[in-house]
Amino acid sequence: MNGDAPPLPAPGEEVLYSESFPIRGNDFEHGGSVAARVKVILKQLGIPSDSIRHLSISNFEAEMNVIMYADEATLELQVLSGEVRVILADRGPGIVDLDLAMQEGYSTATPEMRQRGFGAGLGLPNIKRNSDVFSITSTVGVGTTLRYAVQFEA
Amino acid sequence: MKLSEIARKLELKAVGQSDLESKDITGVYVSDMVSDIIANAKAGNLLVTIQIHNNVIAAANLVDISGILVTQGKQPTEDVVKMAEKAAIPILSTELNGWQVMTKLYEAGVR
Repeated sequence: MNGDAPPLPAPGEEVLYSESFPIRGNDFEHGGSVAARVKVILKQLGIPSDSIRHLSISNFEAEMNVIMYADEATLELQVLSGEVRVILADRGPGIVDLDLAMQEGYSTATPEMRQRGFGAGLGLPNIKRNSDVFSITSTVGVGTTLRYAVQFEA
Repeated sequence: MKLSEIARKLELKAVGQSDLESKDITGVYVSDMVSDIIANAKAGNLLVTIQIHNNVIAAANLVDISGILVTQGKQPTEDVVKMAEKAAIPILSTELNGWQVMTKLYEAGVR
């Protein structure tokens, strides 16, 4: 489930639903709550359940990444006919080596995060595996932007 | 198999208010890594873990896990119990370790 093209809205495409969700860095108390809200919305919109599962996995991982590593972010949800897109732009330290960050098993998690069961080095690989379209860009000292999408029979 | 039957056979303690009768267990997933749990546990699974904090409840809820069995006598905090109740995910606890629980689940007929 990999594609190269970033899920940018093309001219003339009809966005059926969109909403932006703020995520705060270090907010472990609410970790997963944005992913949970998105799941409810996708269910109400009648998105296929296996697509919701893929998106929920990615949204959770992306949300926890912001909480663990970034200062703040906005998760933008776009629902189109046959496709759900997520654009998650954070303000944070950025990622020095994207290839390394995409490698399974590589993690920069602190001992405290590992104690809570994070730091398996599976976050970004999980998102890529659960997406039909995936791209990541990052600028050190500025932030990271993730774009991913899941497609389905409309 | 109903979660209530598993709880009875393994003498598990329910933590907080939960309806074990309505929960059918389709299988078991054992893991303490959150990214592994969310990616690989299936809907309807019983999650056996020592991780019992709010982010695990959130992950379990996102992939429709039917129940969480906490090993080695670990006790979730009150806010975690409340969160699980709200998500209708029963938490069960045992003093046994993961391996001991696995053998008992197998003996009880869980496959």
